This record gives sequence, structure tokens and C-alpha cells, in this order.
Amino acid sequence: MRNTQSTQLLFELSSPGRRAARLPACDVPERPVEELLPAELLADQPPPLPELSEPDVVRHYTNLSTMNMSVDTNFYPLGSCTMKYNPKRNERIAAMAGLADLHPYQPEESLQGMLQLLFELQEMLVEISGLDVVSLQPAAGAQGELAALMMAAAYYRQRGEQRTKVLTPDSSHGTNPASAAMAGFDAVTVNSNGNGCVDMDDLRSKLDEQTAVFMITNPSTLGLFDQQVAEIASVVHGAGGLIYLDGANMNAILGITRPGDFGADMMHFNPHKTFSGPHGGGGPGAGPIAVRQQLAAYLPSPIVVQDGDTYRLDDDRPLSIGRVRSFFGNVGVLVRAYIYIRTHGPDGLRRVSENAVLNANYLLARVKHFLPIPHGDRCMHEFVASAAQLKTDRGVTAMDIGKRLLDFGYHTPTVYFPLTVAEAIMIEPTETESKETLDAFAETLLRVVDESPQLLHEAPHTTTISRPDEVQAARKPVLTWVAE
Amino acid sequence: MPYTINTPRDQQEMLEAIGVESLDELFAMVPEEIRLGGDLHIPPAMSEMEMTRHMAELAGKNQSTADSVCFLGGGSYDHFVPAVVDFVASRSEFYTSYTPYQPEVSQGNLQATFEYQTLITQLTGMDVSNASVYDGGSAATEAVLMSLAATRRSGRVVTTDTVHPEYRQILQTYLANVDTELITVAASDGRIDLPRLTEQITDETACVLIQHPNFFGSLEDVERIALAAHNAGALLIVSVDPMSLGLLRRPGELGADIVVAEGQSLGTPMLYGGPYLGILACREKFLRRMPGRICGQTVDRRGKRCFVLTLQTREQHIRREKATSNICTNQGLFALRASVYLALMGPQGMRELGNLCLQKARYAAERICQSERFELAFDAPTFKEFVVRDIDGNVDDLLAHAASQGVFAGVPLGKWYPDLADCFLVAVTEKRTQADIDRLVSALRANSRKVAASYA
Amino acid sequence: MNPENLLFAKTHEWVHVEDSDGAKIATVGLSAFAIEALTDLVFVDLPEVGRAVTAGEPLGEIESVKAVSDLYSPVSGEVIEANTPLADDLEKLSEDVYGAGWLVKIKIGDEAGLADLMDYATYQKQCEEEA
Repeated sequence: MRNTQSTQLLFELSSPGRRAARLPACDVPERPVEELLPAELLADQPPPLPELSEPDVVRHYTNLSTMNMSVDTNFYPLGSCTMKYNPKRNERIAAMAGLADLHPYQPEESLQGMLQLLFELQEMLVEISGLDVVSLQPAAGAQGELAALMMAAAYYRQRGEQRTKVLTPDSSHGTNPASAAMAGFDAVTVNSNGNGCVDMDDLRSKLDEQTAVFMITNPSTLGLFDQQVAEIASVVHGAGGLIYLDGANMNAILGITRPGDFGADMMHFNPHKTFSGPHGGGGPGAGPIAVRQQLAAYLPSPIVVQDGDTYRLDDDRPLSIGRVRSFFGNVGVLVRAYIYIRTHGPDGLRRVSENAVLNANYLLARVKHFLPIPHGDRCMHEFVASAAQLKTDRGVTAMDIGKRLLDFGYHTPTVYFPLTVAEAIMIEPTETESKETLDAFAETLLRVVDESPQLLHEAPHTTTISRPDEVQAARKPVLTWVAE
Repeated sequence: MPYTINTPRDQQEMLEAIGVESLDELFAMVPEEIRLGGDLHIPPAMSEMEMTRHMAELAGKNQSTADSVCFLGGGSYDHFVPAVVDFVASRSEFYTSYTPYQPEVSQGNLQATFEYQTLITQLTGMDVSNASVYDGGSAATEAVLMSLAATRRSGRVVTTDTVHPEYRQILQTYLANVDTELITVAASDGRIDLPRLTEQITDETACVLIQHPNFFGSLEDVERIALAAHNAGALLIVSVDPMSLGLLRRPGELGADIVVAEGQSLGTPMLYGGPYLGILACREKFLRRMPGRICGQTVDRRGKRCFVLTLQTREQHIRREKATSNICTNQGLFALRASVYLALMGPQGMRELGNLCLQKARYAAERICQSERFELAFDAPTFKEFVVRDIDGNVDDLLAHAASQGVFAGVPLGKWYPDLADCFLVAVTEKRTQADIDRLVSALRANSRKVAASYA
Repeated sequence: MNPENLLFAKTHEWVHVEDSDGAKIATVGLSAFAIEALTDLVFVDLPEVGRAVTAGEPLGEIESVKAVSDLYSPVSGEVIEANTPLADDLEKLSEDVYGAGWLVKIKIGDEAGLADLMDYATYQKQCEEEA
């Protein structure tokens, strides 16, 4: 039944002279291009793009789409990515012309509805974070981190303090140390203890008057809430440092606890995860940051402020680190976050986290009998299982299990992350899955771990392709189509 | 609650299976003293119907470009978006999937990315493209950071004030914590002053960053600038308008080492500034310095052609603090939109589009300047944008009045260029009809008369 | 070359030292043990000729699909030759570890680092402990 032409490339489908777009005739007096522009700047011919008809393009992409798994079609327990349902109402509302067809340089008087929305979102994120001031500008979580670290650098510079180090736990996302390096800091790794939480002795030994920031992901990438967090904050603050909270896992604590209440000074949100922005095959995201008052002056500019009945952009903020992104930011993602928060309210948000944590713990309870969970019987919104024993006993890896799940219509969990767990399988079901889905998944997983190693090594068996040669791809990179 | 599924009975069964009494007990890991005592202070939940009404009210407080005529540009443009772009991008399998970590169930996204990379190299004349970054500004900044690593020079970066002011602000922010001097050379007559630029390019200069057509819409002498940069061993980074490349020579043929662009024009609505698409392409020798995701072709275990994320050792999830960048996500959805757009337009479509922009912009410029109140600020040839000087020097009132007539006439420049406080930037896309342009001219004239009358 | 006649660094580089016009030239490669442990190498980043290197400091990088490892210079001196064709023919690294798989030649400036290198037997013992 599959369309066998569906894997041909656009370029292979191209036929000279074929066309899709028809542009209107020029309705102003037209002059030869050569009279309007210098000849040396003009191309002899247009760029060598493919030539296709509209039905070609539609069939091509529709067929390509069927080769993807997605949240709308499959259970997608990709740990750390919070692949929850993307509400359709958000889409229809966000597409209203009065929200989508706005130019970033329109006069502020013509944007009062949008500025009100963004102002209210700032305020709601302030409340959810327990911090004081928000900037919506960063385009992704990683950019939020970077902006916050740049703010920390500016803050210490202003105070005349020379602080050169940023500490990150060994279980952190790679963006943490990468952002630290880009902000001009030395990234120093802090070890985890046997419980998967911060090793306090190691933290104390690395913390000194050179330390600017300790970045913590709490709940951690192991799906654990670090109970030492208040102590960590007091130790770091005692050394004159700041606490940065990587908000990747906010889905576990909405309305339960707030970063500002457990010692964070700065944090970013991932609205495309926590507040249901569609992931779009790898982006867009957004990375709003919330900070304490003492850091507010350094936030990227502009932020939205309210003057009586009107809203305006404030970019007269002399201590600001400046801009990290052009225009206002990833507004489309922010609008969806706004709709999500407003359709949940305080009660709804708390239930999101309660059910995310319930689903994860339920799945953990079902899985732990046949797949070891190195860090205990309870988790927050996700948990990390280990296939290390299976590997030793039967030569079956986390990758094998993950690939085999594809045959049953389940997206592979996150594997081999965090780096601190051998053969890690990181599972995050989210709150938008039913008990039936979790039961069926657990039963499948139980069946898979008992299957023959050979069958597993060659999995998946039912997908259009299986186990691509990544070595060849990296050794002799072919990154564009070339005519034969 | 709208999207949680567990019924009270489910919850009860699940709690029993876990071995706890209550939902609250699940959060035992969170110490009591840091728990939120009561509810979050945010407004109560709205149903879909209430939400739709509320948002329609907010939307109604905005004056959208759908019910006005838009001549605003400066990096975000009101180009036409064909229906097929929305159709393809809203397919659930593209829209609600994530980064293609599992190639077996992501061939749709991966092949689309591979095609995107190819289309971008065809459009720019470069060797390789990544899978995109956040926006035009981050693309320009990441390109500069690439050049620091590629040249092993960290002393100086040279740019000019004809580059988008916000892109330069981002660059300044990113360079604030590294020991690299950012030199911004002032333009003369709205274009790069080559001798003045050349003077600033030293043997410590990693790159020269320019924009073409530049922020004022003017075309730059890219080839000679490339020569000046290369003579000093610096790289040339060119920020382009992708919509100009049906007509203009491609930057790859003009000597660019890295090409960046804001890709919003390629099929994405203006969305009050984002999310957009950062295009980044370069010569092959800088491939391993590229930030962000890259998709490559390979074969699967049965020998079938397929696509995977590749060269991942550059990236943060492997190299951590030594990564080429901290960038994690790309703008997959907008790379897809751009690909569909380019596939629909094809070479002829892009050429015709470029021509329409050029002709209409030129017509609009001439019509505006028929009034004695207005003149073009610069003499250089332009593509779809141009700078108008208001001889009365009353730009704010002028633009406000035009907006009240339903015409967004232009972007005032005084905020970024105090010397150009009497100027505004006008962009004319293929969507603007002769009637729209006449409306613009009359909205600007009406104000002239009003101002004149009030002086009398 | 016979590995038994080579010297080895703790960080798994092998070294062959010979005299040439009164200067000591070290040919440096990566041991068979390391190459096997790294699996499926895809890229090697070598220093440019003329670069000064210090014993124990990074010299270049070697990559597999999902990992990057630093190469460390076993000696101090100046790089006089790099085996750049290797990048296009990485199979050579594993096929001829102690011959065509060499990485760089370094003109030794300061011999201090040499004393820290091990003979083959000692290195083998280290590998057994690591394995």
C-alpha cells in the first residue's frame, strides 16, 4: 500500500518547466531589470531549485509525513522532552489574524491586545516561578540559560567581583556547560551521590569565591526531586554564588512548589514542553527567564510594562545585557503557553503535575519488576531504568529495547541519557496518557525484554528503514543532494 | 484539567499499584517546608468557548496587517504564504513530532531536513547548510562565533552599521564576555564605505559581517568587500534576503564564506516577531565549526538510502562545554515551511517574485517622492526596501496618521540611527498592489496637507 | 613497526623516537587498545605543522559517532608533519596501527617528557587493568 515513490527526493521529482506557484502580473509600470540594478549584481539565471507541480509537492510531503511518529499518532515517552498532547484549540486561536498577522515594528498603539497578553504571561510566569521579573525574549531553553549566565556575569561585574566558574551537575543537559562556556565561564562538573542527587561534599569542595553560578535541574534528569535543594541554595548563597534552575522538568511541580521558594535566583521555562507548544520536528521552542529582583535590571530588553491602561515595550534599561534575539521573541510559542495556562487555571496546572507524576510512578511500579530502576521506587514526572544487567546477561542493550519498541508503535524513550546511568532508558509518560496506554506499554516492554537477542539487535523490523549506518554518515558526510 | 485522562477510578487503581494512599503522598520527595501552601495566584480556568471569546477580544485590540496595508520591513516581511505551506506544516506527523532521534520513525523529518539543506545551498550557492538556528540574528551571531574558531583569531570582528541593528545588538551581547573587539564601521550614503571598512580589517580580524541588501535596502559591493576581507585572512559573512536571490547573484559566487539569513519570508507569517527561521550555510571547509543539527545521507542495514542526524560530536549533548555552540533545537517546523515554499516557487517563481518586489518598490519610491515633502535618503540601488526622508522632519506624526488611515507606512529609523531621525524605511513585497501603493501615497499626502494647514 | 619497540603514554599514544640530523624526531600514533576501545572512528583532527606542543597537553581530537576524545602529546616540541591523508582513510588507523596509522611527527625540543613514557610490557599491564 505504501507509495513507492514517496522516498524520492524533491530534486529527483523535478522536471524542467513544471511549475506550482503562479504570481500575479505586475500591475505597476514595469521597467527592464537592467535599468534598475547594476548588471554585475544580477544573476544570469535563477537559482537551480527543483521544478515541481503543486500536486507533486503535496503528495511528496504527505507521504513523507507518514514516515514520522508523532504525539498525535503514537505514545511518545521520550524522557526529558515532555511530549504531551498539543491542544488543537491553541492552534485555531493562535492563528487568528489579530494575533498572527502582526508585524514586530507596528506602532505600540496598534498592538495593545498582544502586549496585554504578553504582559499577563510575564506575570503568570512570575507567579509560577516564585521569582520576581520575567523576560520572554530567549528563543529556546538553551538561549534562556545563556542569557541568564550572561546576566550573572554582568551582575558580578557591576559588583566588582571576579567570578569565573559555573558549576553543573554531571547529570545535567549538555546545554548547561555549553552555555557556561559561551558566557565566558569555566564549566566545572559536580558529581552526583549514590542517590542520583547532588554530592554535597563534592559541591562544597568545588564551591569558592570564584563560583558565579550553580546550575541545577530540579527535578533532576533522573526524575528525582533533590531534597537537599534548600541546603544547596544556602551553601551556594553563602559563598556569594547564584542558583540557576534549569526548568526543563517544571511539568512535575506546577502548583506544588516553586523554584523561587526553594532557593533559585534565576530559571528558564520550556513552554514548548511544560505548556504544550507543538515540537514541530525539532523546534520552535521558547526560553522565557524569570529572576529575582536583584537581577532584574540585567534582563534582556525589551520587557512589557503597564502604564495605567496601556502597555508598552520598555527598552530603556541601561544595565540590561542587551538583546539575545531579534524582535520580541518566539511569540507564537508564547501565545500557546498563555492559552494553555489560562485554560488550566491554578487547579488545572496542579492537576497536570499530579497526573504527570502519577502516570510516571504507575509506569515505574509496573516496570521495576523486570527492568531495574537504579534510583529507587519513586519518581517525579519521569524515571530512568537501566538495561545494564540485561546487557551483561544477554547482550541486550538499551538501544535494542528502544528500537524494538518502534515495532509495536511506541516511540523509543530517551536512551543513554543521563550519562550517569549505564544503559539508561529514560521514560516520561506525561499526564495526557491513559492508564490503558501505560498498561499496554508496560506489557509490551515486558515482552520485549524477554525476546531473543538476535531479534532485538536487528530491530526494528516493521519500519521503512532499520538501523542506518551512522558511521558511514559521519565518516563521509553527504549533506546535500547532488545530481548524478 | 482539560487534557488529563485518568478517571477517579483509574487514579485509585494506580495509587494502589504504586502502594501509596494519595496523590499527595507521591510528592513525599518534595520537602514540606518548600511546598506551595495554597493555589497559584493565576486566573481561574476558562473553557474553550470562553477562551476563544477572550482571545478574540485581545486580538480585536490589535490592528493586524490583515486589515491594514503593510509597508513595514526591517527583517520581517508581509510576503504571501501559499495554502500548501500551511497544509503540509499542519500535518500532525510533522507538527507534533520532535527531533529525529530515532531515524527509523523520523524519515519524514530527516528527508525534509536533507532537502531543506540542499535547497538552501542551491539558493545561496554555498556548499553546506545546517538544519537551521533560531532566527536571522542568531544565525549572524553564530556565524561570527564560527569564524573565531575557524580562523583561530579572536582579536576583532568587523561589521558595519548597515547590518540590522538588532542583529548587531545580539552580537554585542554574545561578545560581551569574550575578549573580542567588535568594530562597527559607519556607512556613507547608506552603503559600506570600502576604504573605511578596509582600514579596520587587521591581521587579527576573524571576520567581516555585512548585509546585502543591507538594512536600508541598498545593495552592497559584496565582491570587493570579500576581497578586502580575504586579503587580510578574514572570513566574509553575508546576511542576505532570500527573496532577492531569484534576481541577484548568489553570495556563494560573490566570495562569501558563510551566508546567513532570516528565513521568515519563506512561508512563515510575521507572528509579531517569531518563531522564525535562522538560515546558516557555509563553505565545506568550515563544516565542522557549524553549530546546530545537521542531517546526512547514509544507508540502512539492508542497504536502503536513508537519512540521519550526523556530525553530532560538534554538539552540546556530546561535547558539552567544548561544543561549537549551546544550540540544541533547530527551527524544524520553519525549515519545513521554507522547503515547501521553495519547492512551490521553483526557479522561475523566485525570479518573478524578485522582479515584482523590485518593480513595485521602485514604483512606490517614485510615487512617494513626487511630493516635495519626501526624498530618497540614499542614491544606492535598492531591492524591495528604501529609506525616505521627511523634509518636514515629522516622522512620528506622519506614520501615526498613516496608521490611523489603515496604512503601516514604514519603520522609523531614529531609534537606531539618530542621524536618520527624519527618515523611515519602506518595504514593498509582491503582495502590494498598485492600489495599495496609491493608498500609501495618499495617506502620506493627507498628513502633509493636515500639517500644512495647521501651520497656516 | 613492532609495538614492542615503542614507548607508550598513559593516555594511550605510542611514540617512536629516531635521530635525524642531530635532532630527535618522535613519530606519534594511537595504540591498538585505544583504537579498539573508541570503536568506529569517524574523524581525526590533527594539529597544523609548525605548532608547538607540550607533553601531556592536547594535540588534537579523535571522534567516533557519539564521542570525542582528546589526543595528548606524549612529548614536547614542534609538529613537523601531520598524517593528513588519514582523515580520508580512517580504516588505516585500525589496519596498520603502528605503521600507516601514525598521526604526527614531532621534533622534540625538551626531552623531559620522555622519561614518563612506558615500555610495551608496562603499557600492556595498564591496559589489562583498564579493560
